[in-house]
Amino acid sequence: MNGRAAKAARGERQRMQIYLPIAEVSVNAFLLLGLGSVIGILSGLFGVGGGFLMTPLLILIGIPPAVAVATGATQIVGSSASGVLAHWRRKTVDFRMGLVLLAGGVLGSFLGVRLFTMLREMGQVELLVSLCYVVFLGIVGGLMFIESVVALRRARNGTRRIGKRRRHNWVHGLPLKMRFRVSNLYISAIPPFGIGLMVGVLAAIMGVGGGFVMVPAMIYLLGMPTAVVVGTSLFQILFVTAVTTMLHATQNYTVDLALALLLLVGGVIGAQFGARIGMRLKAEQLRVALAGLVLLVCFKLAFDLVARPAELFSIAGATG
Amino acid sequence: MTALRLMVAALTLSVWAGAVLAQAKDGAEGGIVAALSQNRVSITANFSGSQIFVFGAIKGAAPEGAKLEVVLAIAGPSGPVKVRRKDRVAGIWVNRDEVLVDEAPSFYAVASTGPLDEVLSHTDDLRHRIGIDHLVRLIGAPADVDAPEDFREAVIRLRRDEGLYVELPGVIRTVEDTLFAVDIKLPANLVEGDYSARVFLLRNREVADIFETDITVRKVGLERWIFALSRENPAAYGLLSIVVALLAGWGASEAFRLLRS
Repeated sequence: MNGRAAKAARGERQRMQIYLPIAEVSVNAFLLLGLGSVIGILSGLFGVGGGFLMTPLLILIGIPPAVAVATGATQIVGSSASGVLAHWRRKTVDFRMGLVLLAGGVLGSFLGVRLFTMLREMGQVELLVSLCYVVFLGIVGGLMFIESVVALRRARNGTRRIGKRRRHNWVHGLPLKMRFRVSNLYISAIPPFGIGLMVGVLAAIMGVGGGFVMVPAMIYLLGMPTAVVVGTSLFQILFVTAVTTMLHATQNYTVDLALALLLLVGGVIGAQFGARIGMRLKAEQLRVALAGLVLLVCFKLAFDLVARPAELFSIAGATG
Repeated sequence: MTALRLMVAALTLSVWAGAVLAQAKDGAEGGIVAALSQNRVSITANFSGSQIFVFGAIKGAAPEGAKLEVVLAIAGPSGPVKVRRKDRVAGIWVNRDEVLVDEAPSFYAVASTGPLDEVLSHTDDLRHRIGIDHLVRLIGAPADVDAPEDFREAVIRLRRDEGLYVELPGVIRTVEDTLFAVDIKLPANLVEGDYSARVFLLRNREVADIFETDITVRKVGLERWIFALSRENPAAYGLLSIVVALLAGWGASEAFRLLRS
């Protein structure tokens, strides 16, 4: 390559730098689009939101953690919108259940943002985010890994044992019973409210939708039919992340619109490819791969907490 | 590019020289004049740093045999900075001690014709606060934190690593000990505010004359609008973010559906 071509290429790269107005850092636009599409591919592939990978990766490329978390929530608002619409058309959303989950979620998000703001002033928000990620990714990744390895072994042995889902557990002994017609359930409103609350807290402090916690809880704890679980959880996620965006924007000023937009566009493109790749792979293999990925991110974050950092000092930024 | 700039500078200077010479008859002998290629830096959406060309000359005739030594200092808005130090607590590294460093500029570039300690005496460095070390100040160190000085030094180290504090000894070019010129790069991670540019003329390692001017750094266009809205009307900004995210997410996936069918 001659000098002029190299110079032109450099100019092109520089022109693709985008200055994020709230994060106040200059990042390559292609890097953000690429990051969005990788997460999109993963979410299309595994059917998960991918927020739990987005936030740590954003922090890794130099976005202040507080902005990464808040903007992560905003990005999920956009990425779950079309899913909710699709499920709505197919009538696979239990709105009554969704509203109970949402009520809990709004309260949870409020408490989460409160905690976030408090710890931010104390300079501990990074620690909170990291710890939450290590704990949740560790639990979820570990369980998923064990479960999918067992499933793989079973598939190889040719034996399939379909576990009988317990329809009656402690959940059914609680007061405040409500009828959820779409889910064909008559249970107390307390457990769904509690699940929603927990997911709301996670959305606020981790910038995730929380589907990875909510979906198993809805299936195993509430005994909801699998057909309505995804639509209902997406419904809750859409509104809880919208509330979280609102709270972060008004209390912490950490929502970066330009960043969210780039991630969204990349994400939607990636999801299209992910869904197609996913159709060619086996479900068990996919789950082992996802579990491995989750555990990898978890180990990286845990290592960063335990290993002696190269720089012990840090400057508390306006947005950090 | 640089050649063109130098020509522009030379032209400007020759016009000036006439004007200066006309009035330099009385007194102001040996002072300094300088100008900047821009007094305004706009942070746009694709801002990737900027460059400022500073040039100038000695007014009138320089004293016999005096070598021209010049120091240029560009400083961003200064303010207190909170610095935290990590410590191992129960096996993990946690932010523990916190010190408020009373004063530190958000950006500082100091360029000179030679190594700073050779062209400038320590007394004048201190008096005019030219070296980075004199600009980052810790006045009331807390008693309950050990080694508070480390926090002050950390500010300098961290900002140096980020390219916000730059020392450029020997980059100012001089011509015949009367003209000088230098290019200063401003990094992409610049913050808004009123920046000051000071040009010091040195004689025998002492400051003989100072020229001062301002540089305004502002976000403009969409950047300005988004930032302002997020601070002045956060509720509207939050709503806007949600609506834009919804439209982008929904719109992009609808577009793909149309493309496929």
